[in-house]
Amino acid sequence: MIRANGLSVTYGAVQALRDVTFTAETGAITAVLGANGAGKTTLLRAISGLVAPRSGTVSLDETTLTGERPEDIVRRGVGHVPEGRGVIAEFTVEENLRLGAMISPMPLRDGLNQQYEWFPVLGERRKQAAATLSGGERQMLAMARALIAKPTVLLLDEPSLGLAPLVTAQLMHTVSELCATTGLTVILVEQNAKSALRIARRAVVLYLGRVVADDDAAAVAQDDQLRQYYLGMVK
Amino acid sequence: MGSFLTSRNVADVLGGLTNGVIYSLVALSLVLVWRSTRILNFAQGAMAMIAAYIGFAVLAPTTNYWVSMAVAIIAGLVLGGLTERVIVRGLYGKPEINPVVAMVGFLLVLESVAAAIWSTTSRGLPTPFSIVDWQINHKPVALSPFALYEIVTAVVVMTVIALLFQFTKLGLKLRAAALAPEVSRLLGVRVGRMLTLGWMLSSGVGAVTAVLVASNYFTGLTPTTMDGVFAFGFIAAAIGGLDSPVGALVSGVSLGIILQFVGDYLNSNDIILVALGMLIVSLMVRPNGVFTRSAQRRV
Repeated sequence: MIRANGLSVTYGAVQALRDVTFTAETGAITAVLGANGAGKTTLLRAISGLVAPRSGTVSLDETTLTGERPEDIVRRGVGHVPEGRGVIAEFTVEENLRLGAMISPMPLRDGLNQQYEWFPVLGERRKQAAATLSGGERQMLAMARALIAKPTVLLLDEPSLGLAPLVTAQLMHTVSELCATTGLTVILVEQNAKSALRIARRAVVLYLGRVVADDDAAAVAQDDQLRQYYLGMVK
Repeated sequence: MGSFLTSRNVADVLGGLTNGVIYSLVALSLVLVWRSTRILNFAQGAMAMIAAYIGFAVLAPTTNYWVSMAVAIIAGLVLGGLTERVIVRGLYGKPEINPVVAMVGFLLVLESVAAAIWSTTSRGLPTPFSIVDWQINHKPVALSPFALYEIVTAVVVMTVIALLFQFTKLGLKLRAAALAPEVSRLLGVRVGRMLTLGWMLSSGVGAVTAVLVASNYFTGLTPTTMDGVFAFGFIAAAIGGLDSPVGALVSGVSLGIILQFVGDYLNSNDIILVALGMLIVSLMVRPNGVFTRSAQRRV
């Protein structure tokens, strides 16, 4: 279980997060939704230690993560796939994965084989530079690179950004499968609320840095006001 | 065959190669720092000079060239690490002019300190191999055992660096930290440590270069010994591309050979003019360097 408690983040005079509190249940997908500028990406960056909160805490089970460095937080089992994927374009697919595997308790070969099993296209392209992959393949690589470290929590920032609807659907299915088969806790930040709500158990809706809803995903999906005013979804 | 090897043009190529590998090593040390921290280390030559002085300080008691080389390398590694931690770390993210001013200032400080401690008198240093050129049919080939040692040393250093970066876990982390520091942190790479290590490696390469240069009978070791060599190494790095270790190697050697021909066929006074001319043309035609692709730039 990962929990944010009273989290506030500021960038200069701009307050990106205001007193955000929510809990992501173990082994489930929690969707974090909201319009541009709602604070979704900042929330993930605060959890993984890339930005320091002005106040509030983040804890993983009984351990407080606030104040730790990103390189230590990932060692505690919190993987983060950043917005824009963050694959290293100059590296081959396998080099990207080897980098992710450096803190993994698994032998490298086993870890690679497991990722190639989950994402077969990466196995076919293992010697290819990441720069040559399609958007969907890059997203798979970014996820595989985080997963090879064997995290217990995975933070996914806009995985569907720039992807075709069919590829997005495949990705969401993969995330859902991973969660169900490995017990992984996922915090999924998405602008594509419809896709995210379809696979999430809970949903947190942010608006201008505040939590305006924290409920079962099904309930959020049915709430006309939330859908219309905060998620830009029309019936 | 004998007359070919002793011909004027072959002599120029061999002489240029010997100088060129030194320029390549200086360029490589600049590239190592630039790739990881986007800082042009104008104090690179002076740091190498200090390491060489420290190395040669132990030469007198031990009279062992190899011990002093090892001590110089260790001194270079330590000086590089300290420079990154104490001076450079505070400059990350600051306006681009700040590191330039800081490193030029550091260069002047190091040269003044060296002059105060060891004086400006040139120290003739013993060489581990003869500096007398080999001969074929009583005609000199423009290559001495010491020149060959310089070339072999440069090749070994470059090979070790290339193998380290391409085939080891540490090399993967060093490259990742340079290319994508934030993503690397999210994957558990201790980026700060990698940057320090990058400066240490660069400074270690510089130390080897300075010992090779200072062992040369004609230059010896003074506080400003590395200034000229640094200038040509800098030109080589800029032409090859500050992001490209291969560029450092190729442009350093090419520059050495071209300038040797210039000195031989034109005038030795024209060498610096030609070098600067090559730099200007290269910056106009390929501003990022001949060997740098746009995709190689930092993301």
